[in-house]
Amino acid sequence: MSGLSIENISMRFDLPNGTSVQALKDVSLHLQEGELMSVLGPSGCGKTTLLNILAGFLAPTEGQIVMNGHTVTGPDAERGMVFQQGALFEWMSVRDNVSFGPRMKGQSASQYQQDVDHLLDVVGLQEFKEKAIYELSGGMQQRVALARCLANDPDVILMDEPLGALDALTREKMQSLVLKLWKETGKTIILITHSVEEALLLGERLIVMAPRPGRIHKEYRLPFADLGVGQDLREVKKHPEFAIRREEILGMIWDMEEEIMGRTEAAS
Amino acid sequence: MSSAVPFLIYIGIFVGSYLIVNRIIRRSARTDFTSLKTVTFGDESAVVSDRVASVISVVSIFVLWGMFTGSTLLPSFLHAPGPFQGIATFDYTAATEDGQSDTATVTVLVHPIDEQPDPPQVEPGEGWARNDTATIGMWRSGLIRVDQNDELGRDAGARVTEVNGQPIAPGGSVETPFGRVGMSPKGTLNFEPSKGWQMEPIWLPAPEAVWQKFVEIAKDGFRGTTLLEHLGYSLMRVVVGFLFGALVGIPLGYAMGLSNWFRGWFDPIVEFMRPVPPLALIPLVIIWAGIGELGKIILLFLAALWIMAIAARSGVSGVSISKVHAAYSLGASKGQIMRHVIVPNSLPEIFTGARVAMGVCWGTVVAAELVAAEKGAGMMIMVASKFQNTDIVIMGIILIGIIGFGIDMLMRWAERVLVPWKGKG
Repeated sequence: MSGLSIENISMRFDLPNGTSVQALKDVSLHLQEGELMSVLGPSGCGKTTLLNILAGFLAPTEGQIVMNGHTVTGPDAERGMVFQQGALFEWMSVRDNVSFGPRMKGQSASQYQQDVDHLLDVVGLQEFKEKAIYELSGGMQQRVALARCLANDPDVILMDEPLGALDALTREKMQSLVLKLWKETGKTIILITHSVEEALLLGERLIVMAPRPGRIHKEYRLPFADLGVGQDLREVKKHPEFAIRREEILGMIWDMEEEIMGRTEAAS
Repeated sequence: MSSAVPFLIYIGIFVGSYLIVNRIIRRSARTDFTSLKTVTFGDESAVVSDRVASVISVVSIFVLWGMFTGSTLLPSFLHAPGPFQGIATFDYTAATEDGQSDTATVTVLVHPIDEQPDPPQVEPGEGWARNDTATIGMWRSGLIRVDQNDELGRDAGARVTEVNGQPIAPGGSVETPFGRVGMSPKGTLNFEPSKGWQMEPIWLPAPEAVWQKFVEIAKDGFRGTTLLEHLGYSLMRVVVGFLFGALVGIPLGYAMGLSNWFRGWFDPIVEFMRPVPPLALIPLVIIWAGIGELGKIILLFLAALWIMAIAARSGVSGVSISKVHAAYSLGASKGQIMRHVIVPNSLPEIFTGARVAMGVCWGTVVAAELVAAEKGAGMMIMVASKFQNTDIVIMGIILIGIIGFGIDMLMRWAERVLVPWKGKG
């Protein structure tokens, strides 16, 4: 079976004081190849844990991840990852960062040169390729991170709040870039975000997770990602359904946060 | 009391130059960006090192040094009052038991201490008390048996009762324009020419004397070894000891940063050895390895080892997990992650450690050479101090300071060139 299956994943962390935290409980999901899914949820709902399990950095206490017919047991180049910030190698130039994956596979410069140059063109960093990472702005750094991930040609791209630290304007440009890359490369993308708007804009599928224990609360299928390809995202936001969905999801998360607050207050 | 004078002058220069530079010369408003800030007190970025102050600071140290050593580099009106030199005279009055008294003059030639002049010739004078002569070195004092040539001396019951017309008794003293005249319990006069405020060369030589010594030693060497060789030996020990320390310490630190077993095994050793000052190991190292090169290099190896191990360990611990995760999901193997992520990420920490280690090694080698060595910068100043060659001691201290500073500059430069990403992650 092609695609990515999350099969009855549960994750429990045992704490040193004898208690344990149920970060995820019985999460199941199937992604078709080329699907773009965004994941939303209040803090503590286990969305980063889920992503770490998908990447293979954590082994779930129950359940398994099956990708293209085999079980995931650890990190692999087939599942690329884009982090929020600080995951670039600042001792390498932009080009060396982007070509890191191919180089680790033992490819020679002549083999990856063309791909890397093409990707640098796509993300608009061709003229910065010799620069050091710390000479770039935050938005440019995230474009390097995207290009580095794509240069490795993974089947699935996992994004952990990749645009969270950017200012509003840069963020919007990057959202367009993500949509463009998604359409051009046809990759399966899972994107974790805090921003409801971003989740709506970049989610063909949108999952809202609920905390304690972390679980899937509601799932949507949305038209905005397709509408947004090659379009001004501000136009997409004017879509009547956009505002309705946004209010609905915001209210949902608001209620969950209220519930957490109430529970904490009752406990204390 | 007079020892407070240089200190007071120094404070005077500090305050005076501040007032002159800031209130008079710089009356026109500054025009840089900082000048527009209304809040500067507490704003660290508004405090920059004032170049003028630095220059005045360094110059005033040399001026003070010259002032109180009578340096020829300074015009003489700047000199602090020097020791008396030349012909000093004072009168004494002797009296016998039956009331006769007579006065005579003592002429003292106060000469530089490295000369041995003859006493000046004087007429014996009239009366039973005869004029005397003596020679005394500058900064010294000497007993003068003024009654030795008198017709009625101590044996005849005569006593010195006055100096320059002022009464004097055993244990007392009289100030004269040329210095202090004291009287010993037995009644002998003791002349101490006035010392002024300048330092005797044996305590603090003038700057030019130190420079001359430097030129001399640079040309002729010290104790059969050239200056370059002395310094070279010290540096060689530091470099070799440090290299061995780094060679063992860095892999050890990596192992401690990457393996539970290594960390558990070496943590108690490293944490115990780190606060032990390398100087405390000198006696043991001398017992075990003697005072030769081997002992010194072992000592410096131990001084550098723990610092480098801890630097490498914290360099590994400091790698952000997202970088490691990113490398894994880009398909890197463990070896590749070590080479392309962990090592480069730890280099800034290792360089900081190397700078500290080099500084500690330099201090340790000098101290070890003070204890025992045949060659080296520390040995040079230790031997010189035993012979009261203060000029060589000061020259040595200045050279040691310059080399230590040079090492630090060199390490900073290497750091800038080799790990430009330091502090930019």
